[in-house]
Parts: sequence; C-alpha cells; structure tokens
Amino acid sequence: MNLSVNELKLKAITIREEIVKMIAASQSGHPGGSLSAVEIVTALYFGGILKHDPAHPTLPERDRFILSKGHAAPVLYAAFAEAGYIDKALLPTLRKLGSPLQGHPDKRKLPFLEASTGSLGQGISLANGMAQAARLNNETHQMFVLIGDGESDEGQIWEAAMYAGHHRLDNVNVILDMNGYQLDDSNTHILNLEPITDKWKAFNWNVIDVDGHDMAAVVKALAAAKAHTGSPTVVIARTVKGQGVSFMENNNKFHGVAPTEDELKQALSELEQQRATLS
Amino acid sequence: MRTEYKMGKATRLAYGEALTELGKQNPDIVVLDADLSKSTMSNRFQAELPERFFNIGIAEANMVSMAAGFASSGKIPFASSFATFLMSKGFDQMRQSIAYPNLNVKLCGSHSGISIGEDGPSQMGIEDVALACALPGFTVVVPADEIAVHKLLPQIVEHKGPVYIRTSRPKSAIVYDEQTDIVLGKANILRDGSDLTIAAMGLMVLEALKAADELEALGISARVVDFHTVKPIDKEMIIRCARETKAILSVEEHLLNGGLGSILSLVVTENAPVKMGFIGLDDYAESGTPDEMLDRYGLRAVNIVNKAQQILS
Repeated sequence: MNLSVNELKLKAITIREEIVKMIAASQSGHPGGSLSAVEIVTALYFGGILKHDPAHPTLPERDRFILSKGHAAPVLYAAFAEAGYIDKALLPTLRKLGSPLQGHPDKRKLPFLEASTGSLGQGISLANGMAQAARLNNETHQMFVLIGDGESDEGQIWEAAMYAGHHRLDNVNVILDMNGYQLDDSNTHILNLEPITDKWKAFNWNVIDVDGHDMAAVVKALAAAKAHTGSPTVVIARTVKGQGVSFMENNNKFHGVAPTEDELKQALSELEQQRATLS
Repeated sequence: MRTEYKMGKATRLAYGEALTELGKQNPDIVVLDADLSKSTMSNRFQAELPERFFNIGIAEANMVSMAAGFASSGKIPFASSFATFLMSKGFDQMRQSIAYPNLNVKLCGSHSGISIGEDGPSQMGIEDVALACALPGFTVVVPADEIAVHKLLPQIVEHKGPVYIRTSRPKSAIVYDEQTDIVLGKANILRDGSDLTIAAMGLMVLEALKAADELEALGISARVVDFHTVKPIDKEMIIRCARETKAILSVEEHLLNGGLGSILSLVVTENAPVKMGFIGLDDYAESGTPDEMLDRYGLRAVNIVNKAQQILS
C-alpha cells in the first residue's frame, strides 16, 4: 500500500467518517484526539511508511506501530478496517459487550496489536524494549509510537526518551500528536509543554516539526524519521483537536463525548464536501 | 532436640548465579536492572553475558515496560530492582503492559522484608507479595534458600507467563537438601507434625523449623510447610494440612494484609475451616541490624512458639 498524496487525502476522509460513525454508534469514545491523528495514521499505514502485510499481521519483519495514546483507538480501528486487518462490519461494535474493538486497544481481543495501551506513558518504553531486542537479533524493522501532548505530562515518557537518546535507538520513531488539549483544558493551562522541540533535542533526539494535517509534509517527515540514523527521531505533528469536523475543531467538549445523531449528520456532510473538493 | 542449619548464600546471590547459568544455556534470556545490579546480583549475569544485560538507569517504569517490549519480541526478560522500587514504581506498567496482555516477563525484587536492616523502611519491600498476587495471571515465588532458587529458576524460565520472584538481602540458612524435589506451584512439607501446621515463605521457613524444634520439646507436634509458590497457591496442600492438623499458623516477612496468611485464609475458610493464626507485619519498621529487626518486629521462632501455644490452647 503506497497511495499518492491525493489518494491519501481521500483515505483520510474515509477514516474520519468511520471514526465519527463508530463513536456515534457506540455513543462513547474519544473523537477529538482520534481526528487529530488521522493524517499521521493514514500516512503510516497507507503512505508506504510502515512495512506491514494485513494478510500476515505477525510477520517478524513488520514494522511495529504502538498507539501509546490508547484512547485514540477509533483512528487505529478505522485504519485496520481500511487496510483489511479487520472486517469493516465490526466498526459499529466499538465498545460494545463482546466486541474485539475495546474502548482502548486490547491485545487479548486483537492479537495482532503490538501492545495493549490505555494507561498513558508506556509506548516509548515498549518500543525501547522491542528496539533492543531487534538489535540483538540483527533485525532491521523499526518501531513507531504515537503519543499525545497531554500524555507527555507522564514522567515515563521522559525516562524512555532519555534511554532511547542515550542508546541512540534509531529504530525508534515517535510521533507527537500536538493537538493542544488534554481532558480538562488546553496544555497551556494544565501543563505547558513548550519549548517542546528544545526538550526533545535536549534528550538527544532528532526532531522534525511538521504541520500534522499537511499530508505531503507528514509523509515526508515520517519517511525522514525512518531513514534517519544515529539517534531516535520524534516528529512533532502540529495538529488540531477534532480536525475535519468544524464544530469539533478546537472544541474540547469533544475530547471524550460522542456526537448526537444530528451532529453525526452534519459531520458526515462536511466530510462529503471535503471529498468533493478532492475528487 | 535442635536441628542445626548450615548458613548458605543469600537468595539474591543464588538468583544472580542461577540466572547466569541459565543465560548461558538459553540465548533468549535478557536481563534488565535499574542501577541496582550490584545489590540485586544481576551483575553476575552482566559479567558473563554483557551483550544481553541492559542497565536502564534509575527508571523502574521504563524498565518494566521495556521488559514487556522484549517479551513481545520473543525474549525472556528478567528485570530486577529492590522489591519495593520494582513493585511500587513499576506497578502500573506490570498491570497495563504485562498482566493485562499476559506477557512472558520475569521480575525479581531483592531486599524484601525488614531483614535488609540498616537502610531502613524506605528500602524495605513489605507490600510486594500482595501487589504481585493482585495481578491476574502472575505467578509469585519466594525461595527460602539457595537450593530452592537453583531448583525453581529453571522452571520459571520454562513457565510461559509473568512471574515475580522475591529474594532476600541476608544470607539464608540451608533448609532443603539437594535431593528434594521443589516444584513450582507445589508446597513442600519440610517437617511433618500433627498438632498444627506452620506455613511460611522465604527467611521465615528457617524460623518455623526452629520453632517446630522448640514446640516438640513442649510436647507439640508442628508440621512446617514452605509455600515457596504463593500464587498460584497449593490449595491441595492447604486443605490437606487443615484436615490433618488442628490449626494453621502463617509466618511471613511481609504485611499481613494481602500476604501469605490472607491467601491461605481464603482457601481454609472456604474449604476446610480450622483455627488460624497470623504472624507478619502491620507497619513500617526502622533502621537497625537485620537480627535486631527480626527480634523487634516479632519474626522469630520464639514468637511462633508463643502464637502456636496460644491458638492451640
């Protein structure tokens, strides 16, 4: 799967539609932080960044993707459905009893997941372990971890960052979904992360700053991260929480609240208009 | 009649040595430590197999999650630190990234209990067994001496699933002989008796054996059972002891809430109610020599003898 930029943009719209539909169906979930990560996840799975094969999900040489901000599970499930890892018909079962699509990613229910996540802060550490194991085995696959800006309040993020920097784990790549908000309020009110670029540089990481909704730029940044050697790379993706649905954008009410039936209709109509401008 | 027990190595040293030998045979074993390898004795592994030793720094959360990353890559990671730091600082990571996905990670907490002595309560792991036992799927092992370590560690490597191993700082007297089978999940009767069962783990097994000698002189026949595997607990043995003796007295160098005694009482009350007694800790200790700690906080043979007489009277 290696789509053109325009095809990726169309794919991103489809993924956004699936996100709002599945969250509306379950009347539960996190739209804001799922929508902000759509270009990142689309580029990873469909833009030729991740080496992966939905027909062989546990292929040893696959690249590993860990959704450390586990509450953005809907964006991952939508990508799984689009890529063919799971049946699209499963998406409306999100968060429902008996569904493999748990509220947060659960390896027991979806065995091809690289990790069960949900308690914030652990993804980079998991990747560090995988990275050292890959080094021992002389394996060339790479680890990609999507973290949140709110998640970056966690001390473990910085323990893991210091470790990967010290050991020059260039097979570890982190994408920071910098959407500006966490559950209670904006980052600037709760715990300001800036200067975030300087922080990661100080931990001896290669830092790439990018507009997280500019698909061409995101693909380029992720490819550069993967190609970079000698140190781990963090892609700081400047994003908008709720991106793609006007009334959810920068509206932190939609951190963890599902759209109503009317709101879903409006969201889908907006996304359809976006598709029309591309095709 | 008093049995003499020869002093052996500390279980933490036996752990470091046994792990090194196992590491030479099994290339999948990797060892992680959080800058306490000279104390946990995982530095024995580092000395011989440095390419598979990872010093994570004083960052237990990162270490425990990294161990999960190693396990999901097919390695058999053994991560060690002091029991209190490993369990308290790594607990969320054990819950989210090891217990919940049921990964094959082995964790070793050294410096358990109050017998670490002079360093004081901040360094004493007295909640670790309760925390480890709380995690679904975890196996929890507390070896009493170096022989138990050498016999149990290969089984821990073979076992697929998370394991917590608790070791001690001071030297442990030898309570096993080389011929005895020590099987994960099966408690060992170290001395038979008919009036009561003294159930113990770790360093308390020796105190229980000494107490049984003294009780014999008082006309009380005490059975001593080493519950080296605290989880899954050997239910058959507990029920058997409850039926064959008149009482069960548990002894542990751990807080009473959630420790060995709590776990035994669940099985006893549901299956074969008999009188029980519990010896353990209910508060943080203080600095002093290891011997002074055990004396002051009531973890000696004399305390066991007194408690046994009390519950049998």
